[in-house]
Amino acid sequence: MKVHLRNPTRELEIEGPITVSALLDQLDLNRESHLVIEDGTLVPADKMLSPHAVIEIRSVISGGER
Amino acid sequence: MKCRVCRGPAIIDIRRHNANFCAEHFLKLCRDQTAKAIDRFAMLEPSDRILVAVSGGKDSLAVWDILTELGFDADGFYVGLGIGDYSDTSAGYARRFASERGLTLHTEDLLRDHGFDVPHGSRAAKRAPCSACGLSKRHLFDEAARRGGYDAIVTGHNLDDEAAVLMGNVLHWHTDYLGRQAPLLPARHGFPKKAKPLVRLTERETAAYCVLRGIDYLVDECPMAVGNKHLAYKAALNDIERDSPGAKYDFYFRFLDQAASRFETTLDTDTDQIPLAPCTRCGAPTNNAICSFCALTERATSAVPLRMGATRRAPHPEEANS
Repeated sequence: MKVHLRNPTRELEIEGPITVSALLDQLDLNRESHLVIEDGTLVPADKMLSPHAVIEIRSVISGGER
Repeated sequence: MKCRVCRGPAIIDIRRHNANFCAEHFLKLCRDQTAKAIDRFAMLEPSDRILVAVSGGKDSLAVWDILTELGFDADGFYVGLGIGDYSDTSAGYARRFASERGLTLHTEDLLRDHGFDVPHGSRAAKRAPCSACGLSKRHLFDEAARRGGYDAIVTGHNLDDEAAVLMGNVLHWHTDYLGRQAPLLPARHGFPKKAKPLVRLTERETAAYCVLRGIDYLVDECPMAVGNKHLAYKAALNDIERDSPGAKYDFYFRFLDQAASRFETTLDTDTDQIPLAPCTRCGAPTNNAICSFCALTERATSAVPLRMGATRRAPHPEEANS
């Protein structure tokens, strides 16, 4: 599957099927600070992603002195 | 995963609530949590005219959207900071959000209106970029609210922001700042009150709210904030949260409930008792002859002094070979 990551922007090819939570673990990304988006909406942690899925993993952390 | 409310398919899990939600009930949760924060801290009155500090990022657009959904009268205010493409892009998101919803967005530009931008101004004034940016925004938001007769300034600070600031203040025992961690700063000395209605929502939740509401926001991080301590504290707190859901909430709200009052005396004696007078340059209330923003502007716009005496230049290649 194609995985699009932001901050910094990059593309990865990951073997599927795989659940959302397993994918985040594989990429060593914290679920508390990332959202997984497919077809413009959120996908939950237990969703099985197909080998042909195109997804975005979006970091949600922002801010300097606010 | 099933929604806790309707038992339909869930799209997000909120581990600190030990619950999953479908899109409809997650959006309702966000609005309810915001309304609860507004009520608990008596942040806003239904008749208040509100000015939302808008950056084009998820938090400011989410809070503007939620306040409008809750029936508040809220306009936006955007400050162009001159941080290259980042600022141009963020202004576009703010303008599109406002125009698509028929909302009023006021704008000001640091370079056009005050003669400096954050990257160059902070260097000239020998301040960290985030410090110069924060000082400029606070001043310009205050002035815009006073000029426009607004009752309150609302910012998009969320639970992660407040917990990270608390962590920094505790690590360094900044007791004067610990007295100012409440999500409502009452109006005083001619400054409007400042409220943070998103303090019961995490960054993950405000980002999810934007995705589900179709709010297009600037995802890219500010290039000047990369590597700052605030982001490091957030990462550390999220590592703790992963193993102990609810830790960020308890850290911040139990501080407010059980410890914050011990530091309020510091705030009273340090700031509230000092009489303020109008800044001789801009008229903003200050305890100096000129306010911090005018002092920053003076340093940031001052010409780099010429070096006196003989100067050397590199020889032209032909001179060097002759």
